[in-house]
Formats: sequence, structure tokens, C-alpha cells
Amino acid sequence: MIFSGDSGLFEIVLLSLRVSGIALALSTLIGIPLGAVLGLGRFMGRRALVALMYTGMGFPPVVVGLFVYLLLSRSGPLGRLDSPLVPDLFTPGAMVIAQCIIAFPLVAGFTMAAVMGVDPGLRQQVRSLGATDWQTTLTVLLEARVGVIVSIIAGFGGIISEVGAVMLVGGNIEGRTRVLTTAIVLETRQGNFDLALALGAILLAITFVINVAMLRLQGRAFSE
Amino acid sequence: MNLDMNPSYYVQNLTKVYGGRQVLGIDRLDIHPGEILAIVGPSGSGKSTLLRLLNFLESPSAGAIGFRGEQFEAGKDVSLEVRRSVTTVAQRPILLNRSVRANVEFGLRLRGQRDSAGEVRSALEKVGLAALEGQPARTLSGGEAQRVALARAMVIRPDVLLLDEPTANLDPYNVGVIEDAVRRLNEEQGTTVVLVTHNVFQARRLAHRIALILDGRIVEVEKSEAFFEHPKDPRTSAFVRGEMVY
Repeated sequence: MIFSGDSGLFEIVLLSLRVSGIALALSTLIGIPLGAVLGLGRFMGRRALVALMYTGMGFPPVVVGLFVYLLLSRSGPLGRLDSPLVPDLFTPGAMVIAQCIIAFPLVAGFTMAAVMGVDPGLRQQVRSLGATDWQTTLTVLLEARVGVIVSIIAGFGGIISEVGAVMLVGGNIEGRTRVLTTAIVLETRQGNFDLALALGAILLAITFVINVAMLRLQGRAFSE
Repeated sequence: MNLDMNPSYYVQNLTKVYGGRQVLGIDRLDIHPGEILAIVGPSGSGKSTLLRLLNFLESPSAGAIGFRGEQFEAGKDVSLEVRRSVTTVAQRPILLNRSVRANVEFGLRLRGQRDSAGEVRSALEKVGLAALEGQPARTLSGGEAQRVALARAMVIRPDVLLLDEPTANLDPYNVGVIEDAVRRLNEEQGTTVVLVTHNVFQARRLAHRIALILDGRIVEVEKSEAFFEHPKDPRTSAFVRGEMVY
């Protein structure tokens, strides 16, 4: 199946990358600014938000899947809106939402830790050189870039290997919502261990290649 | 530099309170355009707090800072243009984890400018570090890092340069390079310099006028020679003679 270039397998790999890629991009867009605000800002309710974020970092994916399922189901608060902006259950869109909820607290939490590790005197120095608030935050994020890249790696690791949530909200429908992890579960249940192992090897290889790419980026940041 | 000119930069009835404790209370301090004003005093006397207020990094608890014909009082917004005409070189140089060149160019980039006239190279030459332009800043010694911090401030051509103990803990060579660069900046570009130091010898070498600050209050402000030779306040005499031990 792998060596013959099976189109079904190709679809599964592509969907896995598409769903996790979009979810990671959205999580990065939400998580990095949120982490920066929590790490640099001092405002009322910050502690509560940090506690919520830490809880999110350890949230079981299957529970996230359950929440998203209930939200998007026909009788759920979002599902009954019948809006084109709200994806239906058992679609890649629903899987993206679930993975996004899993990944963004990880990205935000590690980003917060990274910016808090930057010398506090840097902000004052940068402001003294004429930086706006936005430029100051961006400079601190760039100084913390090694840690920020770790946050993205952590977010990616949290979703590419995740099975519970995508199984619940995606349904593992062949040709529509089947991704690598759910395919592995299915093939294992059917006793096709060779195929399950092969799919596992592909998943590992993808994870390895993406992490190497991010580490190279991190390495460049180290050597600057 | 004419010390009798009207000051364009002053503080009036300025107070700063942290946690209920007043750390600064200055009735009036004028800073004349183009002068080097040294503010001397023992540790904890409020010198660095005054610099942060002068750099508009903090808002005063009460009173006002006059600058460029405007008065900035507690809670009043300071425009970016005003903030960008004053900068500080801190006692501990905090450089970005980038090259020496990128660090010096940083202020220009914040302003959306490019180093079209070779200003970065020129600033590095003035502090004797042109040869290290491409080196990572984290590999520099403490003295070199402080010289880069000074070049970074010089390249943006501020109207006012605030120096907070810029040579504390540096060896005599680095002290000499920094003092020479500051003197040249003042003489050649007319940059107003406010130098905070507890080193009276440095104040005497560099400053046109010297102010003594004790417990957050200005005791005396005099031209350099008069400050040392004919101090009016007995506390100034004691400080100059090194008798004021804290």
C-alpha cells in the first residue's frame, strides 16, 4: 500500500497534514499573542487566565472532542445556528476546531514561559530607544524566539498524534475524515497489524521531518 | 553652550512615590540645551528614578516635566515623537541576541529608517568597535557591550542622552573610550547629556554643571568648578571630600 503509492493512503496523509497544519496555524495565531499578553501584561484576572490556560494544556483530547461534539451537534449551541461559519460534525472543519482547542493552550503556555524568561530590563531599554508598545512586544517575542518555536513544536506534537478528539468529531469516514491516527486505530481493530504499523511509520516520519525543520529554524536562532 | 539660556528641559515640583514612600521630590531642576549635566549622589538617592522620569518611561506621581515647550504631568500621554528624542544608556547594557551591527541599527529600524549614510559604522568607529560589526553581541565583554549600547543610542541622534552610571564596573580603558565618545557627541552634535554617576571624578571630567541629589532632593546645582571649589552647602562639601558614607 505504501510502496505502490495507494491513492487512499495518499488522501489520508494529505488530510492529516491539512487538518493539523490548519489547526496549528490557527493555534499559533491565537496562542502566541495570548502567551505574550499573559507573559508581559499585568492586569486583573491574569492569574485566573493563566490557571485556565494551564488546565487547557493538560486537557484530555477526548474530552475536548466531546465538548466540540456537543457544541457542533444539531441540538448544540453552535450547531443549531446553522451558520456557514460553523462546520458540521464529521467534517475536516470540526476536526480542525478540536485540534485547535488542544494546541492553542500549549502554544500560549510555552510562549508565556519564553517571554517571561527574557531579561525584564530589555523592555525598558527598548522603549527608551523609542519603541511603541507593539514594537516592544515584538522585540521581546523575537528575543524569546527559541522558546516560541518550542511552543509551536509542542502544539504540533499535541495534535498530529492525537486520536480521541478527531475520532469523535470526525467519525473516521473513509475518503472524508480518515486521518493517520484514526486509520491506525481502525486497521489495528481489524487485525491488519502490518498496515497499522506502516501507517504508524508514516506518522512518525512526518513528525520527525517537521520537527527537524523546526529545530533547524531554532538552530538558526541559537547561532544568531 | 550657554548656561544662561532658557532651559528647554526642566522638572518642576516633581515627586515620585513607590508603595507609599516618596523616593523623589525635586522643586526645580533646569537642563540647558547642549550642556552636560552630571547628577551625583550616593546609591539609593533617586538618581536613576529621575532618569526614568526624564526619559518618560514612568509617569511622575505629581509635578511636571517641561520639554520642547510642553509640560508633561502625571497621567498625561507623551507623544512618540517626544519619547524618541530622548534615550538612556543604562548601567547594565542589555543587548539583543543579534549581531553588533543589528543592535546599533535597532533604533533606526524602530523609526522605519535604514542605515543609508553609514551611520552604524560611524557610531561603531566612535566607540572603537568597527572591527566587531558582524560579531554576535553575546560574545562581547562587559566594556565592549556598554560601548555598543552607547553607539546604539548615538546612532538615533537624540536631542537628550541620559547616561545612568555608564562606566560603573568598567576598566579604565573602556571608561576613557566612553567618556571621549560622550564628550565628542556633546561638542560636535550639541547633544544635551544628563549623566548620573556616583563618581565625582568622572563628573568633574565631563560635566559643565553638577547637581548633588540626596534622599531624592536636589541639594545644590553649580557649574563644575564652583561645585568642587566653592560649594555652598556643607553636604556638598562633605560629598566632594568623600566624607558622606552611606
